[in-house]
Amino acid sequence: MTAGKFEIKAYPEMWKDLDMDVERFDKMRLMLGDIYEKTYLSQKNRPSGMAYFDNMIAEIHGGRIKELLAAKKEGKPVIGTFCVYIPEEIVLAAGGVCVGLCGGSQGSVPDAEKILPRNICPMVKSAFGFKAGRICPYFQAVDLVYGETTCDAKKKTWEILDNMVSTYVMEIPQMKKQTDQDMWLAEVKEFKTKVESLAGKEVMLEELNRAVKTMNNKRKALQRINMLRHTNPTPISGKDVLLIEQIAFYDEPVRFTEKVGELCDELEQRIQDGVAVPGKNAARVMVAGVPMALPNWKLHNLVEGAGAVIVNEESCIGTRYYKDLMDEDGEDIETILQNLTRRYMQIDCSCFTPNNERIDQVLKEYRESDAHGIIHYSLQFCHTYNVEEIRIREACEKENIPYMFIESDYSPEDVGQLQTRVEAFLEQISG
Amino acid sequence: MYVGVDLGSRTIKVVAFQDGRMVDYKIEESGFAPHEQAREMLTDYKADQIVATGYGRHLAREHFADDVITEIKAHGIGIHAVLPQVTTIVDVGGQDSKVITLNGKGQVSNFQMNDKCAAGTGRFLEIMAASLAYPLVEFGPAALDSDQEVQINSMCTVFAESEVISMKNRGAPRQHIARAVHSSVADRILAMLNRIGFDKYVAFSGGVANNPCIVSMIRGKLVGVQVAVPENPSIIGALGASIEAAKLGESQA
Repeated sequence: MTAGKFEIKAYPEMWKDLDMDVERFDKMRLMLGDIYEKTYLSQKNRPSGMAYFDNMIAEIHGGRIKELLAAKKEGKPVIGTFCVYIPEEIVLAAGGVCVGLCGGSQGSVPDAEKILPRNICPMVKSAFGFKAGRICPYFQAVDLVYGETTCDAKKKTWEILDNMVSTYVMEIPQMKKQTDQDMWLAEVKEFKTKVESLAGKEVMLEELNRAVKTMNNKRKALQRINMLRHTNPTPISGKDVLLIEQIAFYDEPVRFTEKVGELCDELEQRIQDGVAVPGKNAARVMVAGVPMALPNWKLHNLVEGAGAVIVNEESCIGTRYYKDLMDEDGEDIETILQNLTRRYMQIDCSCFTPNNERIDQVLKEYRESDAHGIIHYSLQFCHTYNVEEIRIREACEKENIPYMFIESDYSPEDVGQLQTRVEAFLEQISG
Repeated sequence: MYVGVDLGSRTIKVVAFQDGRMVDYKIEESGFAPHEQAREMLTDYKADQIVATGYGRHLAREHFADDVITEIKAHGIGIHAVLPQVTTIVDVGGQDSKVITLNGKGQVSNFQMNDKCAAGTGRFLEIMAASLAYPLVEFGPAALDSDQEVQINSMCTVFAESEVISMKNRGAPRQHIARAVHSSVADRILAMLNRIGFDKYVAFSGGVANNPCIVSMIRGKLVGVQVAVPENPSIIGALGASIEAAKLGESQA
């Protein structure tokens, strides 16, 4: 495998300019390249349209960062995010860029644990560690980190993170009553003012409407690929779709939409030609729960390594990001902001109470994806998902849906045990 | 002849199966190269099919096994073969403890496994026995002799060991501490049983089922439930694998 060896491209000069710990970061880059090669390039019968996304990974610490720096040079705001609650339309309308930040790796957790408590969510620790250790070019490049109050670990970490990088926090309501919606609308307006001050210009109606369309098109492209993978047998691996969902958070939206569209055309052709990725009788698994931030491919690797295929992610890096569209062609900015608030309030994050919509959504996606069973995946100390799991389990039991709950973190120490559990679950659903 | 191999974390078990019954078995401690040792243990048999289970199952498939099944399925098949009325299995092995429920046909319908720490497993008992200077085989009987127990509060192996050490240093009698250790493992197993639910017939499988104190404690706490221990609980996984091998062989014949 030496000739075509996959490598994430190095940009040491640029990293130095970004005040990164270059030596350490370079080691992580090589490791990530190896893992990517093993996890992704070893898959058989991949669609050729995945080449674009492979290249996005090869340029994850270079080409894409260059684009962000060029945007900054033109005075466009670059905002780092962690959550699907950021009103991206507003940032786009101001000419700005949203990028998902690093936060899915064990490598940065020790950096975080020097400061943060150990018993909080690994995603929050990993993200914080990436900034504390100066080992994420995105964190180094952004003007602002967008934080939100979806959980206690996050909202309190933002206070500490703000000392290292300017962190703007938006209050996300925990209920969906009228007062909560009013409050969220006020928050959205305040966020718009913040973005306008960063961009040095006011957001205009035409630009906002264009941004709404751009985001809708991106969501539609993601909906389309998710619908195509639901075909039985599926034309694309779950790992590949997860990767696309992860890249959705940092790629340029118009280009991304086009590339996902091209891949979808190819998948349609594959379906017509009867080209499938897994074996004929492969078990089909749906994953529900917490987001899997890049490069968290642990569960997908285990499930697909055991011969099954993942056909849906009910998650923020997954359907929760793209299942809801927004009304287009608003007549005035006030109306658009109200539509926007309504759209974002449909997101069924476990931070909400009550959250019956999510239970219904999980069952709906299970049926639509033609899955044979559900694995609910959660991270340690993610209390809202871990408790909500009980209700998901009860709903699955009621509907006779084979179900398993996995709580894990980013460390490899439980891989052996998880493999046994995943394989036993697959034996169970395969009869 | 069909052979099942269970490459567990502490021991390797081999069961030979022919004409619908077990004809031979072997148990050895896992060495450094489990697949080589397992292959050595297989040389006496002319196996038509070999099915591996346990932590080393994939390694075994790389080297000699025809197919693999998980310990969960293997214990399900094994217990169903020797105790067909059982619908709930408690399987406590070296590194893992599991509760498995079976449907009427003996297929796994649900299971729970301990989280990634060693609490409530055979390894936990080993560490505590060593800390109290008991050989493992004497640990259970000694605990059974005690009529009194001190309370162990920590389930974490490392913290529980610290607790045991401080009890020793406060002068608590050794067999009382031993009983407390056993009680904490039994409570852990009961918690898993309660979480998953159980019927009238529960079987205890895996190496820890050889420990008389744990079995007696579980029996004492499950009122109205028949808790059966098969004759040789350590080999149930290997037995299940050998039955699967026979099934595989017959379907190919």
